[in-house]
Amino acid sequence: MTLELYRIDDRLIHGQVVVGWGQPLDIGFIVLVDDAVATSDWEQELYRMGVPPEMEVYFHTANDAVGVLAKYRADPRHGLLLTGDIATMRRLVDNAGVRAVNVGGIHAGVGRTQRLRYVFLSLDEERQLRELGTRAEVTARDVPGARPVSLNDLLAGDEP
Amino acid sequence: MSRSEERSSGAPTAPRAIVAGHAEFAAGLVSAVQQITGRGDQLIPVSVAKLSVEDIEKLLRTRMQEANVRVIFTDLQAGSCTMASRRILRGMDDAVLVAGANLPTLLDFVFAEGRSPSEAARHAAERGKAAITAHGAGGEGA
Repeated sequence: MTLELYRIDDRLIHGQVVVGWGQPLDIGFIVLVDDAVATSDWEQELYRMGVPPEMEVYFHTANDAVGVLAKYRADPRHGLLLTGDIATMRRLVDNAGVRAVNVGGIHAGVGRTQRLRYVFLSLDEERQLRELGTRAEVTARDVPGARPVSLNDLLAGDEP
Repeated sequence: MSRSEERSSGAPTAPRAIVAGHAEFAAGLVSAVQQITGRGDQLIPVSVAKLSVEDIEKLLRTRMQEANVRVIFTDLQAGSCTMASRRILRGMDDAVLVAGANLPTLLDFVFAEGRSPSEAARHAAERGKAAITAHGAGGEGA
């Protein structure tokens, strides 16, 4: 099989990922790419506790992930890759051949303004997403049943 | 407990737990507890839509401190509220998180005024599990 989804979601592993995407895509493993989580045993245990026993979670820093994505793409199970921010996904797009990116959740925060129900961006994050869009197909979709939102519509705050 | 914190029935009216989860899960469950028992004021519903993980943790921590409660009920093992609660409860030996809470769980909790909140939460979790049954289609519960 392959990695079915490359998702930016600042909540990382949570209900929409494990249940919302995990069940319809029959996800057998999650690759969580986050420098802070990859260096904290406690954080890793926390996220492992959130997934069902049949689902595995692998943790990598952004640097490590570039070198191991080929292995995950060759895994016979269906997988899903998560990053918590745009910059980390950008590194995978530039260096590991990611060609389609799902913006699944960037939530309210200081300096961010709302674009979609589940996407809030600062001006710098907007710039990062525009650049990402020149290198990969970027769409927003929180759950599989929702219609994908194009990058232009996302940035315009135009949610169908 | 002051007399003002008790009803004529003796049930405590001060908040004893937080309820948090997806969408309107918390408000819905607490309103159901209130309708069935009149004891919904023991539970503080918290909605976290649109919040980042950090802000969910801050909000839950603030609500716990304001109400001086040490029990959190959440909806889903993988949910953001559950993740945030696990972080909050790290190092709090007297606190309890019940993930996967349902209405029978909360009904048991609000009637357990004779137990400490943490004891009541553990008891309620067992009652909530036992309250789930399947009926029909030839099963044992049919």
